[in-house]
Amino acid sequence: MFRYLVMRVAGMAVMAVLATLVVFLIATQVPGDPVLAQLGDLQASDPQMVARYRARWGLDRPLWEQYWIFISGIFHGDFGMSISTQRPVFDDIRQYAPATVELATISFLLSILVGVPLGVLAAVRRDSWIDNVARFISLAGVSSPTFWLAFIMLALFYGGLQIAPGPGRIDLAFLPPRPVTGLYLIDAALAGDWPAWRNVAAHLILPAIVLASGTLGLITRTTRASMLEAMTQDYVRVARAKGLTERKVVLGHLLPNALIPVVTLGGLAYAVLLTGAVMTETIFSWPGLGRYTFRSAVALDFPGIMGITLIVAVVYLVINLLTDLSYALLDPRVARERAE
Amino acid sequence: MTDAAPPLLQVRNLRTEFQTDAGPIRAVEGVSFDMRPGETVGIVGESGSGKSVTALSILRLLADNARIAEGSISFRGQDLATLSEEEIRRLRGGEISMIFQDPLTSLNPVLRISRQLVEGMLAHGRLNQVEALKHGIDLLARMGINAPERAVNGYPHEFSGGMRQRVMLAMGFANNPSLLIADEPTTALDVTIQAQILDLLKALNREFGTAVLLISHDLGVIASVCERVLVMYAGEVVEEGPTEDLLADPRHPYTWALLNAVPRLDREPPADKRLTAIEGVPPDSSKPMAGCRFRVRCPFAIERCTEHPDLLPVAEGRRARCWVTQGGERLLKPAAAAATAAASLTEAGRPMLELRGVVKHYPLRRDALFSTKKVVRAVDGIDLDIRRGETVGLVGESGSGKSTIARLITRIQKPTSGSIRFGEVDLATADRRVLRPLRRRIQMIFQDPYASLNPRMTVGQILAEPLRFHRLVRGEAQARVRVGELLDMVGLPVGSAERYPHEFSGGQRQRIGTARALAVEPELIIADEPISALDVNIRAQIINLFVGLQQRLGLTFLFIAHDLAVVRQVSDHIVVLYLGKVMEVAAARDLFAEPLHPYTRSLISAAPIPDAAVERRREHIRLTGEPPSPVNPPSGCRFRTRCPIAQGICAEVEPPLAELRTGHRAACHFPGQM
Repeated sequence: MFRYLVMRVAGMAVMAVLATLVVFLIATQVPGDPVLAQLGDLQASDPQMVARYRARWGLDRPLWEQYWIFISGIFHGDFGMSISTQRPVFDDIRQYAPATVELATISFLLSILVGVPLGVLAAVRRDSWIDNVARFISLAGVSSPTFWLAFIMLALFYGGLQIAPGPGRIDLAFLPPRPVTGLYLIDAALAGDWPAWRNVAAHLILPAIVLASGTLGLITRTTRASMLEAMTQDYVRVARAKGLTERKVVLGHLLPNALIPVVTLGGLAYAVLLTGAVMTETIFSWPGLGRYTFRSAVALDFPGIMGITLIVAVVYLVINLLTDLSYALLDPRVARERAE
Repeated sequence: MTDAAPPLLQVRNLRTEFQTDAGPIRAVEGVSFDMRPGETVGIVGESGSGKSVTALSILRLLADNARIAEGSISFRGQDLATLSEEEIRRLRGGEISMIFQDPLTSLNPVLRISRQLVEGMLAHGRLNQVEALKHGIDLLARMGINAPERAVNGYPHEFSGGMRQRVMLAMGFANNPSLLIADEPTTALDVTIQAQILDLLKALNREFGTAVLLISHDLGVIASVCERVLVMYAGEVVEEGPTEDLLADPRHPYTWALLNAVPRLDREPPADKRLTAIEGVPPDSSKPMAGCRFRVRCPFAIERCTEHPDLLPVAEGRRARCWVTQGGERLLKPAAAAATAAASLTEAGRPMLELRGVVKHYPLRRDALFSTKKVVRAVDGIDLDIRRGETVGLVGESGSGKSTIARLITRIQKPTSGSIRFGEVDLATADRRVLRPLRRRIQMIFQDPYASLNPRMTVGQILAEPLRFHRLVRGEAQARVRVGELLDMVGLPVGSAERYPHEFSGGQRQRIGTARALAVEPELIIADEPISALDVNIRAQIINLFVGLQQRLGLTFLFIAHDLAVVRQVSDHIVVLYLGKVMEVAAARDLFAEPLHPYTRSLISAAPIPDAAVERRREHIRLTGEPPSPVNPPSGCRFRTRCPIAQGICAEVEPPLAELRTGHRAACHFPGQM
């Protein structure tokens, strides 16, 4: 198992470097000049200004040298300077990441804690009202566009009913909690500031629902399908023949088998939530990586884009590894294969 | 046990229906029978006869779309058909337990054996966790599992099929039930393992006094375990009686047909190699049928059979649902002597196919980067001759390498070493260009007739494809004519060409598979377990088809099967394989007259014979343990670890395959000494 782990981590490092190379090439070869994007029309018309700007950011060097500067910087924890924020990319990411992690994690928990039980119930009570509800939720969740859902939610619960707070992580009336982890829920709890905690939690609800809708639908649907599949297996009938209660049959025999494909999907879903919140974060003015990505992309801010790309790649690789490792816990057949 | 004891189980007029889109299907209709405490009763029948549904109805473990529509199932005075869900749950696995056909899928793959063993005991609240685990370990030991303390911590995939069925039995006996229902418990197992499990079942019946209801399609299995037997056909019990009487003197034509359709190891097969098969298939149970349900297939049918017969006494302790035998008449043995001997087609001279030292090793993944590479020695040095016009039977248990040999001869896979001479070509080394025209001359028929037919092609397209590929027909019209000929040859109506594989029964599909193989006019047909997935009567039909085609077309067959009796029926020569090596080769007659290798003797002894009297009399050699892994075969003779007469030399020197009688070779240091 240890060998397996070492091999996987080594493989991950190679993959991460390859990912930066691919993005670097795409980013530098696309039409569009970052200098023009940054300087604006007036200054861009001054060739001297442009040349100085290029020299300042190393854009006048050969391509491989630019890449080399970038990659050797990463190994020293230096992701370069963001062209648009004029700050080290690493600091930017550190600043924006917690908001995204908090939102994505809440969305993920929402998807799992609602999706799995809903899928299980739908399968066990097939064709009942709960099954219909589950099927509606999974269909609606997967097929509603994020921007549409986000605006509807805001219009309904914030604008109309006024029972949810507006965009942002916390109301202006509250001071953000003293940063320890950067996750407001945890920081507020650590500080014992419960009114702020409640406000933070309230701010999370709408964006979390919007962000989770897609993954919630997928997880419900997958859980239901894999439960139905597991129900056809002989060992289920054997479990009933032993005189187990229906509850024990479902939770003890069906669920452990049905969860295996859900874990694959769950891992992927978490990665998607962490890296794909651009639209939701933009609409809810959420100061996270999604918005940072958006800004960097619009500004053709190469160091920013590359930093984000690397983060995305690493997130996917790590979650993939964790998913694979969790198989061994769920399925002893996989565990043995790895041991061999 | 006396007849005076009150019955343990009393099933009366049971009707179980399945709701389908086409309306209700009566899977079981009007079934009544009794079981006394400690009695062993068998239910025999083909697939769809309602035998498994009867068994599942008792514990109400039916599928969601099935229900008990009528009748009562009285167990110790309680009617199981009307108990509440909670009440029936308490009986399941307690007073009545059930084990199933496939031990591979019957155990939950992700849970430890200990958990699966203990939970049934805990559900009935008689023991606590610690006691239950101890009891479970004791049971595993009783079922013949080595090191049960360690085994209990394992997962199902770490056990072989036979071991898993022992675990299932341990689970079945966990709460000391008074009735055990075993639904085809040995069907998925090899014959030597089947014999072990059946012995265990008999011993448990004696030891615990547990009544056993054994469901099987195999009359031999029933004969070796059960005192009494019910024969089911199309949802009804058609005959019932003491096993010995019923098998010796069947009083229902269906029982008669079942008995005659199975080749028997204690009888010389007829010279024409044919079996007594009845035509047709069981009726469609979605359509109600007037009169006797067996009527249309019955060779004895009389006018009165259009009336539905009742299950009435025909002799002491025996009942049959038949007008013909109602007055105590017996059914005659089929006319045997009339058969003309099959002309021997075997050509002398050089064999058509010669395998010499053929080896196939499948590499396993390395344990670690620098460890030696392990291989599965699937086939490990085999010589085999097939002469034009003969049928060579290849027998062996799973893992013996018989299917690998089929894949090597057809060059679906390339042998690791050795030569396979076919005509003037060595198939083992021939390249693709040389092989392509040869593929037409060697065709294969597969075990699963459904999986080997493309579901999206009509039968006509399936048969025409190889004709076009090998340019055997010119144009659409010619192809259609040839397809018609092929269908006629395998006994299917010409209209079949327009239909799809799923519209046919298993036996018909195997006929389609045969027609496809015949389409390209091959010389050699390799049939890999072609009848294993079929019902008894259909098996006989397919065997007769093969025998007839061979006579008509002068085909050569390599017939691969695990069933010795079937192989003996059709083969001129038989090759017995064990762990990738040939143990014995002989003419079919010689092999059974005087089996020289202890493994051959054990195989013959392990196959049950559908005759209770013969079963009692004959010697039973029981092999202990299971075949070793082909990754690490034993030194010397591969069979020595299970051989009852192994000596020191067997571990050191591998016995050569020596010709001990004319044309009879065996690889044993002590041939014929068992």
